[in-house]
Amino acid sequence: MPLLENGHIKDDTWVTVTEDAPLPATGAVIVPFARLEEGLARGADAPLGVTIGPDVDVSLLRPALPRLGLVAVTFTTFRDGRAFTQARALREHLSFTGEIRATGKPLPDQYEFMLRCGVTTVQTERAEDISVWQQAHEIISVAYQPSVLHERRQGLGLRRFLS
Amino acid sequence: MSTDTAPLPVGRYAYDQVDRTFLSQRVAQFREQVNRRVKGDLSEDEFKPLRLMNGLYLQLHAYMLRVAVPYGMMGSDQMRMLAHIARTYDRDYGHFTTRQNIQFNWIRLEDTPDILQHLADVDMHAIQTSGNCIRNVTCDEFAGAAADELLDPRIHAEILRQWSTLHPEFSFLPRKFKIAISGSPHDRVAARFHDIGLVARPGAQGRPVFDVFVGGGLGRTPIIGVQLRDNLPEEDLVAYLEAIVRVYNAYGRRDNMYKARIKILVQALGVEAFREKVDAEFALMDRADYRLDPAIVDGIRARFGIPELVAPADAAQKLAADRKADPAFDRWVRTNTHPHRNDGFISAVISIKPDGGIPGDVTADQMDLIAELADGWSFGEIRVTHMQNVVLGHVRKDRLHELWGKLVAAGLGTPNIGLVGDIIACPGLDYCSLANARSIPIAQKLSARFADPELQERIGRLHINISGCINACGHHHAGHIGILGVDKRGEEFFQLTLGGSAANDVAIGQIIGPALPEDETVDAIARLIDTYLVLRQGDEQFIDTYRRLGAASFKDAVYAPA
Ligand code: HEM
Ligand code: SF4
Repeated sequence: MPLLENGHIKDDTWVTVTEDAPLPATGAVIVPFARLEEGLARGADAPLGVTIGPDVDVSLLRPALPRLGLVAVTFTTFRDGRAFTQARALREHLSFTGEIRATGKPLPDQYEFMLRCGVTTVQTERAEDISVWQQAHEIISVAYQPSVLHERRQGLGLRRFLS
Repeated sequence: MSTDTAPLPVGRYAYDQVDRTFLSQRVAQFREQVNRRVKGDLSEDEFKPLRLMNGLYLQLHAYMLRVAVPYGMMGSDQMRMLAHIARTYDRDYGHFTTRQNIQFNWIRLEDTPDILQHLADVDMHAIQTSGNCIRNVTCDEFAGAAADELLDPRIHAEILRQWSTLHPEFSFLPRKFKIAISGSPHDRVAARFHDIGLVARPGAQGRPVFDVFVGGGLGRTPIIGVQLRDNLPEEDLVAYLEAIVRVYNAYGRRDNMYKARIKILVQALGVEAFREKVDAEFALMDRADYRLDPAIVDGIRARFGIPELVAPADAAQKLAADRKADPAFDRWVRTNTHPHRNDGFISAVISIKPDGGIPGDVTADQMDLIAELADGWSFGEIRVTHMQNVVLGHVRKDRLHELWGKLVAAGLGTPNIGLVGDIIACPGLDYCSLANARSIPIAQKLSARFADPELQERIGRLHINISGCINACGHHHAGHIGILGVDKRGEEFFQLTLGGSAANDVAIGQIIGPALPEDETVDAIARLIDTYLVLRQGDEQFIDTYRRLGAASFKDAVYAPA
């Protein structure tokens, strides 16, 4: 599926570098967590992103974050919800303002959850039509708890409206 | 269906248009998901967590739909809708569960979107009654009525229900997550057998404070929860629970579903290390964002209907006279009622455990009758208990005898609450694909064997819990007498545990010896109880005799028939 942002297709300006491929000297690249040092060594103005697995403690990214334009979290399966906590911690505790990309195999039905945890873009291996993702984003308009999107509480209790 | 101007339903949160919008969107979403499944866009593997989030299980013979009864509270209109669903889509009955919900055992997948729409019409749903998410929050069945209560826990149960509903971060946890909350010093919710147990009481500034227990549970590895925090201020309730569940989501095991509950994480890290992680998370949080403002609490409280408790001055005297005149009624009052905070009222427990019956099963007609009685006697309010019974919370004492007469006429007057006949049993091999043995027939035989109400009362308080396999849905570890179905070379056997308790004296039952064949189990339990009657001092309860004398005194009775 193409890269998705807010329910719409977006051009991907990043190049994802795998475990053992050579690292381009320039251009926007996403490196695996294990190659983060190598990526940082490329020079301060080369745009850098990193992919983390669900077991990575995001606080380890703290020193590198000022240099990172993107963090990709991974749903190795849709059942593994750790990426939600990672994304939310990146926004809430580490004040990361760059792109958070969901990768792997999340379900469209998890899209709203991802957005409310701070994910901005989705790049999945799934095949369904983009409209399923758009619909998943629009179908529910009410939420009952705070999120990193800081939807304003409205009226009664913990409720807020999603846009 | 109630409207925004209708009187508020007693004892539970009244939905308004926003809540209804949410529910109908949720139904539409599920309809769409069912469509995608039918079209093949979703594999069964992918559909499974989505249907589970809507309470739909695949059982041995059919789909099972578990409908949420938040903190066990519902109204007569909702009960009537459940009766309608039982008649239209099931085989005329439903089953109350130990987590205060109701489930239907014979559901067709294609019907579920329509059933969910019917439920939504009366502000009900099946959201998060299964799946690896935060489940229905359970609560004291005498909440808001009990004489011993310090604080009505339902307001905070509702807040936690809302907070956990489609929680973006906690809908794909390592495993299911169960929260119980009590506002009484007498634990009627098994707080320490839950992933999180909360015990609320009034704090110094007039706002509630909470003791927080974590990491309790039954299942394969029964563990008593530990106290993580005392005197948690109300304003930090949501923040602190977020912190606990975040730590669990990040570190709970996902490689082995039998080791995935939070109890295993707490044990693996040790309580101190677990608490440090929670405290660290809590310290990092922007507490203003998560603050549970008193205004939020009061706003939700204002959506709860309050019963107008007005009784004639002589209500208690009238009840005393009725009891004197009618010994059978007197017995039922002794066993099946609970003291109310208002002296003119009493809480009545309707036993869903008729002699020889299936614990927790109710027919559609019985549901309608319960609804009618709730309207006539208890402000239209109905409570499902974790013992799989039903409570009418606020009954005028002078009208109790009349209520009892109607219950008896309908076969709902069994006087056995808290006694041998009040058995908890899981569905077992009659329904469940994981079962080793049939729990229901054992429950039926035991309850028929001890049907004599006089004998039951003489035996006194005794909890029997039956599970058909090690997953412990019947909470056998928490029973005074626990019965566990095991498989021995393809035969159904039952292992007995003694001394468990889910109350303040919380304990895990101990295995007494080798498992017994099906046809010897009921006799062995009868001998065990006879032995207790001989060994007891005065009117000592079974659990106390057992604790005084230990298992050895009972072993002979079980294994060496006279
Ligand atoms: C046939 C359908 C059922 C199946 C397949 C099933 C399966 C399971 C499994 C696998 C567990 C263990 C979960 C774990 O420890 O992680 C469990 C626990 C539990 N089940 Fe069931 N169950 C069924 C029906 C029921 C019913 C009808 C009730 C209530 C009457 C129930 C109440 C419970 C409770 C309270 C636990 C919790 C134990 C704990 O929290 O430690 N289950 N169930
Ligand atoms: S205890 Fe075992 S047999 Fe009984 S319902 Fe649970 S999983 Fe099924």
